[in-house]
Amino acid sequence: MNGFGIDPVAIDLRRLVRRQVASLYAHLVTRPTGRAVRLAIESQLANAGEMALSVIDFSEVHVVDFSCADEVVAKLLLHYQPPGRAARAFFILRGVSDLHLEPIEAVLERHRLTAVAETAAGPCRLVGVPSEADARVWRSLEERGALSPGDVPAHLPDEVDRAALESLVRRGLVFRRPESGDYLALSNLMRSLMG
Amino acid sequence: MHVIRVPSSLDYSTVDSVFRQCAQAVEGKALFDAGYLRFVDPQGLVGLLSAGALLKRRLGQPPHLRLPRQAEVLGYLARIRFLEQARRFFSMQARRPREIAASSDVLLEITPVTTNSDVHAVVDRVQTRAGTILTRTLGYPLVTVVQFSVVLSEVCQNIIEHAEAPGWVAAQAYYWAKRRDRWMLVIAVSDLGRGFRESLAAEHAGRFGKRWGDGSALEAAFLHGVTRFQDLGRGQGIQQIRRQVRRWDGLISIRSGTARIADVPEWDDTPALEQGLAHFPGAQINIVLPAKQRGKERSGA
Repeated sequence: MNGFGIDPVAIDLRRLVRRQVASLYAHLVTRPTGRAVRLAIESQLANAGEMALSVIDFSEVHVVDFSCADEVVAKLLLHYQPPGRAARAFFILRGVSDLHLEPIEAVLERHRLTAVAETAAGPCRLVGVPSEADARVWRSLEERGALSPGDVPAHLPDEVDRAALESLVRRGLVFRRPESGDYLALSNLMRSLMG
Repeated sequence: MHVIRVPSSLDYSTVDSVFRQCAQAVEGKALFDAGYLRFVDPQGLVGLLSAGALLKRRLGQPPHLRLPRQAEVLGYLARIRFLEQARRFFSMQARRPREIAASSDVLLEITPVTTNSDVHAVVDRVQTRAGTILTRTLGYPLVTVVQFSVVLSEVCQNIIEHAEAPGWVAAQAYYWAKRRDRWMLVIAVSDLGRGFRESLAAEHAGRFGKRWGDGSALEAAFLHGVTRFQDLGRGQGIQQIRRQVRRWDGLISIRSGTARIADVPEWDDTPALEQGLAHFPGAQINIVLPAKQRGKERSGA
């Protein structure tokens, strides 16, 4: 176990589609394909520790349709980050292109969900339906990388922002280290765990 | 013998006449006379297949299909794999079509869709072929190949998920000289399933009361994203297809039962909702995407 109390799980979607669904094809299309891929991801996460950071790599996937995005992204988040309850896993969608973003954002909006995505061209960003406070606090933490509990009052003087920080933790969009209580941006956590 | 006269130009605007004539054939034998067929688009092709399949089911014997006299038309029907599919539903005289070189304007031959794997195959095929047609013929940016694949994937899934019956998809680009003086890409999907009204009835008919019918079922699904599933994630496919087709200034229509609903661009005069059409038990989705520029010349040609 690393010092973060969380296990990293790297998921290559292209390989998963080929292994789980159809050896000839590598597109994330159709609901049954999405369901099979999601079950495979859940199976990998079941073998991880109590807490896991899962990096789901879209970079080798060309086509993602809405039905498949609903199964792979939205239903996965709903399973591990159910509304109103503490997240049981953390996710970063990696290698996401503009063409992937369209179906992903559509399904997130439909379910009122938010996710962290690392776009092919740039840094991590929040996608889906973050509130203004969510976006502000998340971006600020993303720039800093980490925030200790003692620094929170000075860095986030507004009560709304502090509430947003807790909400981001609960929804699996920010990681809080169990022992120190430090808040970590998921991109920072990913670098620390996976290099 | 019921004789169903296939119009000489069989496309999305004339295919209803075939279904109207089929409605009269309730017993006995039937003949589809396509002898004078000169032009047919994907909607006409999958419509004709659907009509043949329906009459075979209703009459208990395959209707006869009189093939087009023009060798070019017959060759085209072979090349786009119409004849291959038609043998399942029609009896036909054995005429060997003349070999015709493949046209670069056929994006997708008539392809049966019955399984998840079929949808993967369609997307894969389109990925390799769509670039030239979408960019050179229609003048769309290259990224639309992926968006187009997503549209096709979602319409094909509509067959598997909702119709629970076999269906077909086909796509081809045409130069519409008279109507628009530009190239058009026509995508047609047809299934012989239970249609929107029956698919949605158990969950939604009660709310509509006496207003429930083919038209209201189509409005619920097409305009409001209603599905028979409780799952909030369902019903997005058609909504997202509509959004994408609107961005391309295209036409999309769905015909099911006795109604047809459409998103109609300025360049077309299809009614937004038609009712009282000849009954069609499954569903037909028709998408027409116009080229960006007028004229027969292609970009970079």
